[in-house]
Amino acid sequence: MERLFRRDAPPANLVIRGARLFDRGAGLEGTQLDVRIADGRIAEIGDAVDGGGVEEIDATGLTMTPGLVDPHVHLRTPGDEDEEDIASGTRAAAAGGFVAILAMPNTSPVLDSATLLGGLIERAREQAAVPTGFIAAITRGQEGRELVDMAELAARGAAGFSDDGRPVERAAMLRRALQYSTVTGLKLTLHEEEMTLADGGQMHEGAVSAELGLGGHPGIAESVMVGRDLQIARHEGAPLHLCHISAAESVAEIRRAKELGVEVTAEVSPHHLCLTDEAVRSLDPNRHKMNPPLRSAADRAALIEAMADGTLDCIATDHAPHRPQEKEQPFEAAPNGVIGLETAFPAVYTHLVAPGLVPLSTAVERMTSGPANAFGLPVPELRAGAAANLALWNLGESWLVEPPYASRSRNCWCEGQTLQGVCTLTVAGGSIAHRLVEAAL
Amino acid sequence: MEPQPPITTQRRRHLISIADLDRAAVERIMDTAEGFESVMQRDVKKVPTLRGRTVMNVFFESSTRTSSSFELAAKRLSADTMSLKASGSSVDKGESLKDTILTLSAYDPDVIVIRHPQIGAPTLVTRYTDAHVVNAGDGKHQHPTQSLLDLYTMRSELGRIEGLHVAIVGDVAHSRVARSNIQALTLMGAHVTLVGPPSLIPRGIAAMGVEVSHDINAIDTSDVIYVLRMQRERMLEGANHVPSLREYTAMWGVTPERVRPSQLVMHPGPMNRGVEIAPEVADAPNARIVEQVRSGLVVRMAVLYDLLNEPAPTQHEAALRVVAAGQEVA
Repeated sequence: MERLFRRDAPPANLVIRGARLFDRGAGLEGTQLDVRIADGRIAEIGDAVDGGGVEEIDATGLTMTPGLVDPHVHLRTPGDEDEEDIASGTRAAAAGGFVAILAMPNTSPVLDSATLLGGLIERAREQAAVPTGFIAAITRGQEGRELVDMAELAARGAAGFSDDGRPVERAAMLRRALQYSTVTGLKLTLHEEEMTLADGGQMHEGAVSAELGLGGHPGIAESVMVGRDLQIARHEGAPLHLCHISAAESVAEIRRAKELGVEVTAEVSPHHLCLTDEAVRSLDPNRHKMNPPLRSAADRAALIEAMADGTLDCIATDHAPHRPQEKEQPFEAAPNGVIGLETAFPAVYTHLVAPGLVPLSTAVERMTSGPANAFGLPVPELRAGAAANLALWNLGESWLVEPPYASRSRNCWCEGQTLQGVCTLTVAGGSIAHRLVEAAL
Repeated sequence: MEPQPPITTQRRRHLISIADLDRAAVERIMDTAEGFESVMQRDVKKVPTLRGRTVMNVFFESSTRTSSSFELAAKRLSADTMSLKASGSSVDKGESLKDTILTLSAYDPDVIVIRHPQIGAPTLVTRYTDAHVVNAGDGKHQHPTQSLLDLYTMRSELGRIEGLHVAIVGDVAHSRVARSNIQALTLMGAHVTLVGPPSLIPRGIAAMGVEVSHDINAIDTSDVIYVLRMQRERMLEGANHVPSLREYTAMWGVTPERVRPSQLVMHPGPMNRGVEIAPEVADAPNARIVEQVRSGLVVRMAVLYDLLNEPAPTQHEAALRVVAAGQEVA
């Protein structure tokens, strides 16, 4: 069943020489090799491969990884195309080294019918620069009352189900959804938030919120819902995926559930891995206001540890574009969300890999095979015979993050940071989707 | 969408939070305020200090004390003043704060004083104006001029701030005054104890360098009892911070038997007599609530004066300038 869609593009034919290759699954931990791509597939990986006269790229000093997979992106289509559309969002993905993304259904209208899904697939086939999948809502209108036609949506090509943006508040509703979703073979991916504990909180509840006076959103607002849903999943024997985990208490719940054999996968965002609630002192909603909020240093340490040991399987951006006029408001008035496709890998590299907190190969796994396996998508691999899904990085080059971006919006959490790592080439689904490097021949 | 360059080009001094001040700056503002006291005794209560300067008061939230004292402070310094209230302005027509500030800034004000119900509004204003920005209260965040006038009142009455023990009583969670007072008092070396129900003392606030007690008897050893306003909506369904006003008053009300005559009693107003403070306490000789209002005028004069008169460079800055000049010569 095809669940990723993109516009037609010519298959790549090129040789990339001398990059250091990182793909733990393929046994590559920095080996310097040549990669020959023929008709959009990796034809050969080796020393001094015969180019056969196709275009060649000198990648000496560059790093090659499998292309990245992001299971949590907001493309704002349909309804808010002035914030992002499929063309701009997938261009941003390509610029960030992504070769597959999944879009969330909290659009206007909500993606809750096969008809709407069909329209989006058509648009993706016309506009998407990288293979794009669509996650449908769990409940009609994401109102938490009636299930969508899950089997029909699955048959039409949905990639999963989520009411992301809000939780499935009623436990019995979630139980039914978990039971029924098993007939589709697709996963529920859950936004975990107990709304009465979150209480409209504007930032993480702790010393910084106490000082700033901003309403507190405690870590337990997430973890009690994580605990509830893991118990339901265990009882039903159903798999599930958890969105944007932010709190240490949630990590503990997930670790315990995995030990008990619950089939759970979970994601963490680059901003939760890289920043803490101290950043909110800026009172800049453009960079530092999102839900779940940036949490404490202890939470961040727990997230990094859990990402490193695999308790958190995926790094996912939760790329959430917003209009500038909505973000140019007082902190308390501005909406939640930040964009992060173009900066995800450089941020993870700069804040976690370069300082030695996480090995490069681990970070790559969490951004490639981790999310691909969680959603049953093809795993991008640096292996002869595989479809060409790869990214080339100049990890020695730094850049100042500032607009304009490939994304249509400007609310990037990295704005003003100098990040290490520039994506110089993205080959997605066998075609060149982004390119800064010149041909050598 | 083309990127917008920041509209402000100059680094201006602002007063958004007590964190914008150091100890020397607080002392300097209080000393300046003291100097203005003599002006207030004259027949003609006006000095030409800020003649030709423009101070705009932009209030998006109701206020009696703060808006009137800023307006009067600017007038006593001979500045031109203009006051804008949210109702009756383009804000009613849905104009954004950014556009309101861009519009007002077209008149080149020297100072914009802003009160806004949302945290972060004054911070946003600094991005769209070349004026100095003074925060006259933003949501539950900060109210720095209230703190300066409170410290000024304490210093006038007790001769010092350093070493004082101040008990702040009541709804700390929803109080911008509490937050800026905690910062200001600890900056100046006072000892602060927060007293109130656990549900109204925010988790983690001890990190600001204060003690927390849920027992009203903890006010007994303090030099100053600073009483916060208790708002009725805190009892509403959904909030449930305390069960009832009656129970709140019984547990944490500042009543005559809980106050010694040697302790100063202060309140930022407006008071709920009979709720957080008993009427006998509010009217007692050791209450300084009216003095606080009076201090507000000279302190706000001092704040405006201080922002519009760049202080002499510190020794460090002066040394840097000498070095820089030397390099240019070389």
